[in-house]
Amino acid sequence: MNHASGKVVTLTVDGQELSVPRESSVMQAAARVGIKIPKLCATDALDAFGSCRVCLVEIEGRKGYPASCTTQVEEGMVIHTGSERLDHLRRNVLELYISDHPLECIDCSANGDCELQDTAGALGVENCRYGTDGVNHQDAEKDTSNPYFTFDPSQCIVCYRCVRACDDIQGSFALSVDGRGFASRIIAGQSDSFMDSDCVSCGACVDHCPTEALIENTLIEHGLPERSVVTTCAYCGVGCSFIAELKGDRVLRMTPDRQGRANEGHACIKGRFAFAYATHPDRITRPMIRQSIDDPWREVSWDEAVQYAATRLRNIQQEHGRDSIGGITSSRCTNEETFLVQKMIRAAFGNNNVDNCARVCHAPTGYGLKTTLGESAGTQAFSSVACADVILVMGANPSDAHPVFASRLKRRLRQGAKLIVVDPRRIELVDSPHIRADHHLAVRPGGNVALINAMAHVIVTEGLASDDFITARCEPEAYRIWREFISKEQNSPEMTERITGVAAAQLRAAAHLFASAPNAAIYYGLGVSEHSQGSTTVMGIANLAMVTGNLGREGVGVNPLRGQNNVQGSCDMGCFPHELPGYRHVSDSQVRSEFEREWNVQLQADPGLRIPNMFDAAISGHFKGLYVQGEDVAQSDPNTRHVEQALKSLDCLIVQDIFLNETARYAHVFLPGSSFLEKNGTFTNAERRISRVRKAIEPLAGMEDWQVTMALSKALGYPMNYSHPAEIMDEIARLMPTFRGVSYEKLERLGSIQWPCNEDAPEGTPTMHVGEFVRGKGYFAITGFVPTQERTTRRFPLLLTTGRILSQYNVGAQTRRTANSEFYSEDVLEIHPFDAAERGISQDDCCDISSRAGNTVLRAVISERMQPGVVYTTFHFPTSGANVVTTDNSDWATNCPEYKVTAVQVSQVGESSQWQKEYRAFARRQEDLLDQAHSDDGRD
Amino acid sequence: MQEIDQLVKMANQLSDNFSFHEDAVDRLADHLRRFWAPSMRRKLSTFVDAGGEGLQPDAIVALRRLQVS
Repeated sequence: MNHASGKVVTLTVDGQELSVPRESSVMQAAARVGIKIPKLCATDALDAFGSCRVCLVEIEGRKGYPASCTTQVEEGMVIHTGSERLDHLRRNVLELYISDHPLECIDCSANGDCELQDTAGALGVENCRYGTDGVNHQDAEKDTSNPYFTFDPSQCIVCYRCVRACDDIQGSFALSVDGRGFASRIIAGQSDSFMDSDCVSCGACVDHCPTEALIENTLIEHGLPERSVVTTCAYCGVGCSFIAELKGDRVLRMTPDRQGRANEGHACIKGRFAFAYATHPDRITRPMIRQSIDDPWREVSWDEAVQYAATRLRNIQQEHGRDSIGGITSSRCTNEETFLVQKMIRAAFGNNNVDNCARVCHAPTGYGLKTTLGESAGTQAFSSVACADVILVMGANPSDAHPVFASRLKRRLRQGAKLIVVDPRRIELVDSPHIRADHHLAVRPGGNVALINAMAHVIVTEGLASDDFITARCEPEAYRIWREFISKEQNSPEMTERITGVAAAQLRAAAHLFASAPNAAIYYGLGVSEHSQGSTTVMGIANLAMVTGNLGREGVGVNPLRGQNNVQGSCDMGCFPHELPGYRHVSDSQVRSEFEREWNVQLQADPGLRIPNMFDAAISGHFKGLYVQGEDVAQSDPNTRHVEQALKSLDCLIVQDIFLNETARYAHVFLPGSSFLEKNGTFTNAERRISRVRKAIEPLAGMEDWQVTMALSKALGYPMNYSHPAEIMDEIARLMPTFRGVSYEKLERLGSIQWPCNEDAPEGTPTMHVGEFVRGKGYFAITGFVPTQERTTRRFPLLLTTGRILSQYNVGAQTRRTANSEFYSEDVLEIHPFDAAERGISQDDCCDISSRAGNTVLRAVISERMQPGVVYTTFHFPTSGANVVTTDNSDWATNCPEYKVTAVQVSQVGESSQWQKEYRAFARRQEDLLDQAHSDDGRD
Repeated sequence: MQEIDQLVKMANQLSDNFSFHEDAVDRLADHLRRFWAPSMRRKLSTFVDAGGEGLQPDAIVALRRLQVS
């Protein structure tokens, strides 16, 4: 409902006088006084359409029977929602529907969950005067092409809800209505099957279908759910709220929660449908140990596994010193779990060798935003984008990686906001249904800093800077120095053109567009951070927002689109070697003493090792033990051979995961993890929103992850005693000023909370830096361009950049074990037609991709989405070996790997790479060793 | 790449990126203190004592400063 005008009108509905916003419909006005007008095509989530003719009302002084959903209220209106005549008309409409949709509800999968059935019941329609023998659609063929849902046209009442959901909510425009009158029918694409159409399987059409026409296959197979639990998705950093609906212990449906403020009832294919991995047969549910990675696994009790792990870790420390072990925690785990892991490492291991997967994604965001603005987090709520006039999307592909946010973004763009895309590839946002980027700055990989500096140069030198904002909000001396730096000719679009590959005139136009907007917002992703100057680009982005005054209110801001569900949270929780929870440096004795008092232990004052430093130290022989919770570094981290060598060098590798992942193949102890459905806790999404994760089923292995960490810590001689994650959150609140006001009780009451949440902001903070920056005055950081050491040469003339696809998630451990693999079953190499032709490569050819680090073989997909000279792949499948090719180059400030720039050569070949052959042999061997554990147990 | 080679590469990157500041050495030393594990600093200091070949001048000065403090 749009309340934009703020004006109200007074009217009467069934004798009750009321005042409602002027923009209200008659149906909405009636709902305000508890009157439910029967309806079929109307729903709160979609704009009114007025097709079903069931919600008719009488309005005094007006002819006919207008549809209440599409009729706007007027001052003094007198409305009647029920009368004999209205009942007659409504029943007649229902009977016409039923003549082509028999009420054979008892055999229907949607029996009890069907609005047509409910409305017929409400109107007392049991029979149809028109019969069902006339011309009808009952023999229409079902579309079962989608693995997750079925479209049954015989059950369709052509209410357009699915079409409108696809258009207005998802923004795919994949569905339409073909034909007219009785011949009307819903079609996907150009009358394709759903799988062959542009449908992205977000499920919005299924959610909004009032009948069984679009229904989840799980419901067809198992019937309706019997209970539900509200929880938070464990895929990307959007952090959608879902209602997990179950029958017994079987999850039948994940329904996007309309109360969830991150997603407001929308979802994507991963969160909505790809949950079967949680009960996949590959799940390991018993602890296992082995002496060496050449030994078979042996299933043991939890006590034995944990004691074995603790003994091996302590033995290593006795022999090699306290700092010879460390741990990596996961951005997929809850805040409470990651908090406990860093606590165990600091308090029980006795060192700061703790890191998390932000190291390989958004560590530069933490560094860059802390330096410039004072807080390592995005500045806005997702809903803020609805107020943006110009949107700069840089190094992010939200359509694939953050699809639910992408839908919000597209909605705003369809309303008229302008779009600037900075990306080497022509991503979907550049040209998609009803959206066309005003500027696509196809930056050459490695040119981000030069590009963002050039934009700032134009703004400063052409008098477009927001002087009032800068004077009031930013450090004057830092600004003076920065202004002098950025004004230099070397930063001009003309001088940087050879670095960025972007025409100076276009860059100038984009800078003008950005600077002239009342509200300009920046959204960025790993295409910014995963570079040798990732931190510099983040600071450049913050500079750009400050110099144009685009911070501290709705519609603006600096918004990192976080990759994993809880990457923000695991960073907040102090899972870094240099920072305690709340981004406070370990060298701060006052902060350290607070933790020492709470934890009753002395803490190290120096930083520990980061993940890549741990690997280097392992290969050097002085880092010997590693505990990895929920990460798969063997697949996700760069320079795979280097990572493999590091893992093989360890005396003890403990992996806690739901699957025997690639890293676990090198492990000596395997501790079974629990999926998000099996535990309590919280996740924090990219907009700093803390949301509850609620246990829907008991953990398959008998313990939630936080309980496993507690057991290991106890075995190491540092017992922790929590009976519920709520108690862990209470400790977090005691220790972190930005979480001071957070509790499970408050989360229950408010639904979710955006930190900071404390005495200054008891209900959280949707927009940060209002009035002043967290650091006080904003700091303009000098962002000098330093070219990456990764250069193209005659030997390696192309640049490889990597990314994600919609249906798969990161290393694919979850999505590969679902029907999502029907949408994307292998990583491929995208290559421009020119580069392909030059090498004699045709579509689907096997191609060798060689870099200085290594080589692998992928199938070629020739695509004009690429610019010449740049190739692209994803890293969702272990056999692809995408990271065999990526190098150990990394961000200068944080060691975040430079995944986005690898110089390669591509050539047509006929067989797999040597690494791929070795990988398959190693994987087979490890599967055999796992099978032996099962066969020893008689489960073979 | 050997661990020491990686540390040299990282220190030189820091040197390059701080070179735009007048107080580049101060910033570099502060960064090493705040973000590098003592074991990494020690290894590189030992490398500097052995001649520090390939290490940029600012990085050498910063590491010597950390040794003194």
